[in-house]
Amino acid sequence: MRSYAFLNSTVSIMAVQIKLRKGGDIKLQGSAEKAIIEAPKSEFFAIKPSDFHGVTPKLILKEGAKVKAGTPVYYDKGNEKIKFSSPVSGEISEVVRGARRVILEIKIKADGTDVSEEVGVGTSDNKEQIIEKLLNVGLWPMIKQRPFNCIANPEDAPKAVFVSAFDSSPLAPDYDFLLKGREHDFQAGIDALAKLSGTGKVNLSVSSDNSSSWMSRVNNAEVAEIGGQHPAGNVGVQIHHLNPMNKGEVVWTVNAQDVAIIGSLLKTGKVSTKKVVALTGSEVESPKYFNATIGQNLAGVFEGNIKTAEESPRFISGNVLTGSKVEKDGYLGFYDSQLTVIPEGDKYDFFGWAVPVQPEKYSFSHTLWSWITPKKEYRLNTNLNGEGRAFVVSGQYEALLPMSILPVHLLKACLVEDIDMMEGLGIYEIVPEDIALCEFACTSKQPTQEILQAGLDLVKKECA
Amino acid sequence: MKFLEKLLDKMEPDFLKGGKKEKWMPLFDGFATFLFVPKHTTKKGVHVRDAVDLKRTMNTVIMALLPCLLFGIWNTGFQHYKALGLLAEFDFLDQVLFGAWQVLPIVVVSYVVGLGVEFAFALYKGHSIEEGFLVSGMLIPLIVPADTPLWMVGVATAFAVVFGKEVFGGTGMNILNPALVARAFLFFAYPKQLSGDKAWVNTDLPDGYTADAGAVLNALGEKVGQIDAMAGATQLSRFNATIGIGKENGIEAGRAALSNAHSVWDSFIGIVPGSIGETSVIAILMGAGLLLLTRVASWRVMVAGIAGAAAMTLIFNTAGAGVNAYMDVTILQHLTAGGFMFGLVYMATDPVSAAQTVKGKFIYGFLIGMMAIMIRVFNPAYPEGMMLAILFMNVMAPLIDHYIVEGNIKKRLSRVKAKGEVKVQANAQS
Repeated sequence: MRSYAFLNSTVSIMAVQIKLRKGGDIKLQGSAEKAIIEAPKSEFFAIKPSDFHGVTPKLILKEGAKVKAGTPVYYDKGNEKIKFSSPVSGEISEVVRGARRVILEIKIKADGTDVSEEVGVGTSDNKEQIIEKLLNVGLWPMIKQRPFNCIANPEDAPKAVFVSAFDSSPLAPDYDFLLKGREHDFQAGIDALAKLSGTGKVNLSVSSDNSSSWMSRVNNAEVAEIGGQHPAGNVGVQIHHLNPMNKGEVVWTVNAQDVAIIGSLLKTGKVSTKKVVALTGSEVESPKYFNATIGQNLAGVFEGNIKTAEESPRFISGNVLTGSKVEKDGYLGFYDSQLTVIPEGDKYDFFGWAVPVQPEKYSFSHTLWSWITPKKEYRLNTNLNGEGRAFVVSGQYEALLPMSILPVHLLKACLVEDIDMMEGLGIYEIVPEDIALCEFACTSKQPTQEILQAGLDLVKKECA
Repeated sequence: MKFLEKLLDKMEPDFLKGGKKEKWMPLFDGFATFLFVPKHTTKKGVHVRDAVDLKRTMNTVIMALLPCLLFGIWNTGFQHYKALGLLAEFDFLDQVLFGAWQVLPIVVVSYVVGLGVEFAFALYKGHSIEEGFLVSGMLIPLIVPADTPLWMVGVATAFAVVFGKEVFGGTGMNILNPALVARAFLFFAYPKQLSGDKAWVNTDLPDGYTADAGAVLNALGEKVGQIDAMAGATQLSRFNATIGIGKENGIEAGRAALSNAHSVWDSFIGIVPGSIGETSVIAILMGAGLLLLTRVASWRVMVAGIAGAAAMTLIFNTAGAGVNAYMDVTILQHLTAGGFMFGLVYMATDPVSAAQTVKGKFIYGFLIGMMAIMIRVFNPAYPEGMMLAILFMNVMAPLIDHYIVEGNIKKRLSRVKAKGEVKVQANAQS
């Protein structure tokens, strides 16, 4: 063991180091204090097909069916092997449908027992066995693929598997803290993913601010140290610099906390969807980390922990750039390790576009003077701060995207549905979360993530 | 403000789709969003948005133009009384008042005509009123001679908004800088009225004064001033004149005529005749400072433009046996003369008509600088090379970007190719 540790520490010293110059951090109020609280136990859980872009759900079980943690509830019509399962044991209490009978949520009433499907210990499984197990208990959706950022196709042979061990988005949780005490689960997950990777190892990126983290010393991983502002923590940005995607190639990516969940499945043979989630944002009374379960109801988490302010709060599962809006009694998203609560901004601002100094507003541009106080944390609301316009200002996106991609030209190719141009300009290398920061900064208030997603969907449809 | 907010809330439903005043929505929206940043919130995508918007960006440019406008107002009056030799009779305040009387109507006409056309298009096409003209409307008065008839300003502005912008689809879609379209329209449509020495300085005598063989007499018949025949000649026309003199009397005579030019210092301060806002490099540098500090304008275009001008001037200066005396004009004279700095700071940096790519901006700016000097020196018909250089490079900007985009695509392709070759080699070995 000693020699292993020694070997690995030399590897970590020689880790690839990349310093990204472009990007930007949005500093918000309400970062989570490093303390874990027990949130009230949630009675209801939900699986939301909207968490999985491009999946058409087909129910396997009906309302009233008994489920264990890991019992498949529905599958993807596009790929019947990919199943989605209940995170807890209990009973399907309701299938909530929207317009045209689209399934919005499948609600599960927990029975309070921690009964799980059993797949047997799999630490020495081979590639096929691991894939089989993950598919059977519905943990496979944790493995996503580039291009397109959709759920990976289990039949593909990925050239590499990438895991980002840090998150650089606003108020992001600290992954070292999230995974504290789960080092062995994490290692087991990395071991399994390494077997799936074309390189035989997992590409693990740690923040250069935290290069001494235990994560930089795990086995079966090729560690890289990435420095810089957001989106340095985005796995797509890391792939772009370490092993860029070409047409026809596939890379799989897994969220670091999901690596531990996968590891725990293989170590114990049981499904545990427990994770730690950061409750953040300016409207949270005491922002902290809490023990959570995937898909859990959030009413108990928010209750009594939201400041009373003039503005009504917006609840977000995820961060302010890529998260999805949830109700106060909504459910935790499948991939999310963070909740954010910020004020709504549905009020007028008298000559808000002309007043030169407005200390409560934040801008990457220097037209407001927030750049003079780079350390200040802001209480930003959801106001659009302007109206949608055609692209006018140039150079704005380029400064925030640390990739050798021309973002505006790529987006314009998406708008005119020019697939050749999209391919040429690197659509296989980029996903919406990578240009979320551009969307934040855009003077013309363009919906860049939506435009890029439409382009990706088109390419996927035409070239699949 | 609560009263106004409530009023807007009450009025809005009528203007929405299906409301009885639906087709006037752009007008309502235009006024409402002028008064208030609307209460729209993010619906999908990011939940928070940067505080900057197009109104703020455009407003910053207008702020950056104010030093030029204020200096231009004074200088218009100053040049007027200087040309009549009446500086002793009329003090600073008189000069400002006269300048304001000349300049402000041009500003008003530019905005009224331009915004009128914009509103009409917005109502016709049903889109919201865009902010682009707020800057163009200020640029147009600053790049025309002070004595331009108001109807010409109106016609040129209407032409620029319609054919320079709206036919392409409005703000953000235009190929040429609309304000320069207005200037080029004036230049080519009314060459008689707007070139030569007449247009730059108003030489109408003030009330109660009469002229007699060049002498200006006051109401009592006393001689109080002397009309300066050269007063209306801009720095550029003085440089330009050396070409003609050189042709007739030999290049040495042309070179000697260069001494008629204004001093670099006068030109730098801006106390020379010229278009209203272009003369003072000091005022322009103040504006440039704000634009660079707020990062609204591209420093790349500005730096590359000056580098291009310097390179071209250096080539001409060192060419030795010059073709004309204009080639001897130094870089400082070039930079302070005419509209070079104004064009570079406020118009070449227009993000819509400039190159969009980072590398492209360097090429675009450099070529503007080079071409402006080249046109000045070799084309006596167009004294101001800057206008044509920017317009030409506006047209060429998409071509520059095209090659940068192609370069990005090729780089990506070569990565695939390199990989493919490795694979082929590996296969051959196995």
